Amino acid sequence: MPNFTLRVNGAEKVVDVSADTPLLWVLRDTLQLTGTKFGCGAGLCGACSVHVNGALTRSCTMPVSQARGKSVTTIEGLGTNGLHPLQKAWIAEDVPQCGYCQSGQIMAAASLLAKTPHPSDAQITDYMSGNICRCGTYERIRRAIHRVANPGNVNPGGSK
Amino acid sequence: MSPLSRRSFLRTSATASAGLVIGFYLPSSARADDDGAFSPNAYLTITPKGKITIVVPRTEMGQGVWTSLPMILAEELEADWKQIKIEQAGASTLFGDQTTGGSASVRTTWDPMRKAGAQAREMLISAAAQQWNVPRGSCKAESSSVHHSASGRKISYGMLATQAGKLPVPDNPPLKTGRYKLVGKPLPRLDTPSKVDGSAIYGIDFRVPEMKYAALARCEVVGGKVADFDPTAAKQMPGVSFVGKIGDSAVAVVADSTWNAIKARRALKITWDDSANKELTSAAISDGLRNADQSKAVKFYSSGDVSKAAGKKIEAEYQLPFMAHAPMEPGNCTAHFRGTECEIWAPTQVPQDCRDTIASLIGLKQEQVKVNVTLLGGGFGRRLEHDYAVEAALVSKAINAPVKVTWTREDDMRCSTYRPVSLHKLSSMLDDNGWPLAFTHRVIGPSINGQKGSQPVNGVDSDFPDEASFIYPIPNVSLESVITETPVPLGWMRSVYALQMGFASESFIDELAMEAGKDPLEYRLHLLSKDADIKYFEATWRTSRMRNVLKLAAEKAGWSKPLAAGRYRGIACFGCFSTYAAAVVEISMENNEPHVHRVVAVVDCGQVVNPSIVEQQTQGAVIYGLTNALRAQITIDKGRVVQGNFDEYQPIRMNEAPKVEAYFVSSTEPPTGVGEPPVPPLAPALCNAIYAATKTRMRSLPILT
Repeated sequence: MPNFTLRVNGAEKVVDVSADTPLLWVLRDTLQLTGTKFGCGAGLCGACSVHVNGALTRSCTMPVSQARGKSVTTIEGLGTNGLHPLQKAWIAEDVPQCGYCQSGQIMAAASLLAKTPHPSDAQITDYMSGNICRCGTYERIRRAIHRVANPGNVNPGGSK
Repeated sequence: MSPLSRRSFLRTSATASAGLVIGFYLPSSARADDDGAFSPNAYLTITPKGKITIVVPRTEMGQGVWTSLPMILAEELEADWKQIKIEQAGASTLFGDQTTGGSASVRTTWDPMRKAGAQAREMLISAAAQQWNVPRGSCKAESSSVHHSASGRKISYGMLATQAGKLPVPDNPPLKTGRYKLVGKPLPRLDTPSKVDGSAIYGIDFRVPEMKYAALARCEVVGGKVADFDPTAAKQMPGVSFVGKIGDSAVAVVADSTWNAIKARRALKITWDDSANKELTSAAISDGLRNADQSKAVKFYSSGDVSKAAGKKIEAEYQLPFMAHAPMEPGNCTAHFRGTECEIWAPTQVPQDCRDTIASLIGLKQEQVKVNVTLLGGGFGRRLEHDYAVEAALVSKAINAPVKVTWTREDDMRCSTYRPVSLHKLSSMLDDNGWPLAFTHRVIGPSINGQKGSQPVNGVDSDFPDEASFIYPIPNVSLESVITETPVPLGWMRSVYALQMGFASESFIDELAMEAGKDPLEYRLHLLSKDADIKYFEATWRTSRMRNVLKLAAEKAGWSKPLAAGRYRGIACFGCFSTYAAAVVEISMENNEPHVHRVVAVVDCGQVVNPSIVEQQTQGAVIYGLTNALRAQITIDKGRVVQGNFDEYQPIRMNEAPKVEAYFVSSTEPPTGVGEPPVPPLAPALCNAIYAATKTRMRSLPILT
């Protein structure tokens, strides 16, 4: 099998897998970075979301051959100095229930804020609707994003 | 409790994260004890260094038991919450039935976990009193220490552990009756940090050294089997080490990675024996419900005599489809068969079922099968089945090596168990003022428990006592069940029969209110206006509690205030698993489809242990209920499930998620469940709102087809 060189969370990795192996399984099985989740295998649910050269990417549908030489960031490498502000906000809002989709949700939110640092409610909805959460944590996800992006202007979302 | 310490059963391992050590609880693997640790019961260990470990005997699947259950114990223990570590119990003989389901985790551990904490607290106080030679009554426990206020002395639990362990365990330690320090507080969940940094270990993330990866091809026609298969091509695929039949209806491919196993599975050539169900369709199943033999109807609740009531007759039929749980984490399990023992790492709601079934299928004794419970990426009842764990054990035995079986999304959608279909015939007699003199609800559909071999209770599915309640003390009521058969595998899905019963019943109540020309909230409150205890199987439902839930929902939703132009709302209430729930749903209609803007959801679940978690569960149940109502539908064609992935079975995403406001009625009643009860009111409240908007009654789900 061929070798592929990727930069994952800042470190160069050489993996020996078939060219059609989705990046997801390279991360999970080969590199043992299991924070990135398998949800649908078809780019529909967002649980496998990572950043490839900074772009939000469904790792379940990207063959490793397309990631060759590129820079991949996973949930494990999202924070540059400890946790990313969104991860801290996720803790402050106690967002996760089962938590399985949350890596993908956070990677999507980080991508949103990288492009749109102060999104409106509608922009959050637009961007985050690629990700499914079966536990229904959408309310708290929205609050956590606002906590980072629009501090002091958090839409309380109604609860309490 | 015997001096046999549960410490001897522990092995701490696996993941660590901030403030939390998660160990797997291995019932038969001894380890070196911490000398002098104190373990008065199976739930708790305190080491001389002051480490307090609480065992969680239920599965964490998102509902917060890793936090709420330890809170219950720590409350009585008077423990410093910051010192608490938790450990997930695997299949054990020490905790009774460990099934996580039926919204029962808090309800059924409330007493034992309080007692476990109180036992330890009393023994620690006694140990301190002995050490100081002072009366017990002059000492009190607080913040993981015993204090003697007269002398200003205090001593930590750790320092007392060894001595406390030598004292008798009290059978009936005093329990608090209020003035809680932890219970009732929105403490942050202990599992959150690991779930936002990627370190949390779900079943699918677990690995053991030298582990192989398996994907199975299963017959997609219900009841079908493998007739023959040709492994040649699959065996030539990269990384493949084994191809073989597993059970009657599956062929496993084992490889060196998940992807290689999934890919090689496509190369399998299998001849299926499609069984007698190969022409089965949803339409035929629907006809089967309609043509069911009504003479088999069993009356499972009645008051008065519906046949004697005379008035204006109103009738309606409601129908619900099969639905799939579709948890985000597909089925998976890791197993390691080692000849005379087998170890399992399963995301399961039923560790003991895993142990017992696997033991019998692979020819081991129960105590030779160790079942460890991992985190679950959603349960919703799907992991009350242990099919994937059995597969892993069988594959591991076949290859004599550790293996992880992973299902794809399509496997999970097409080879699952499903919420059963049902048909509901409702009728009522209204008096001249529009009040019901009689109410009959006949539910026709297959029995989940019956299909799995459990005997009916009083002629109905044994889940009915928890899920098919009726709260209104109408003079003449008859609830009836006709059990039908289906070959489609059935499972318990979040709120189970309460979803069907609540949808039909609460939609029909709305029909009666409309017929009477009355406000649907006022109509319900009138029916509930007298305090009454409704005895229903073993349970007692109080009209006063449902009345309060409805009133709080109406108040928070602003029911008495006019809505903005183009907005409409509906209300519904239902009780299940001993919890009372109501919802007010506010919608507008856009392109003839409902757009849900706001949901006010209220529960009375007795004493709330953690209000933040109750809020999460309530909000989540509403979103889950909304998916059920709008588009969750599994259809059958040619004996197979049609839907395969999230393009064909579409859970609610953020763009369709309304603002959900969750409230609970303050209560000091014993705690009851909250994971499921907020689900059933959602669909009828939504459909009642649609009626308010369009004068069209939605009598079958899903709403969007």
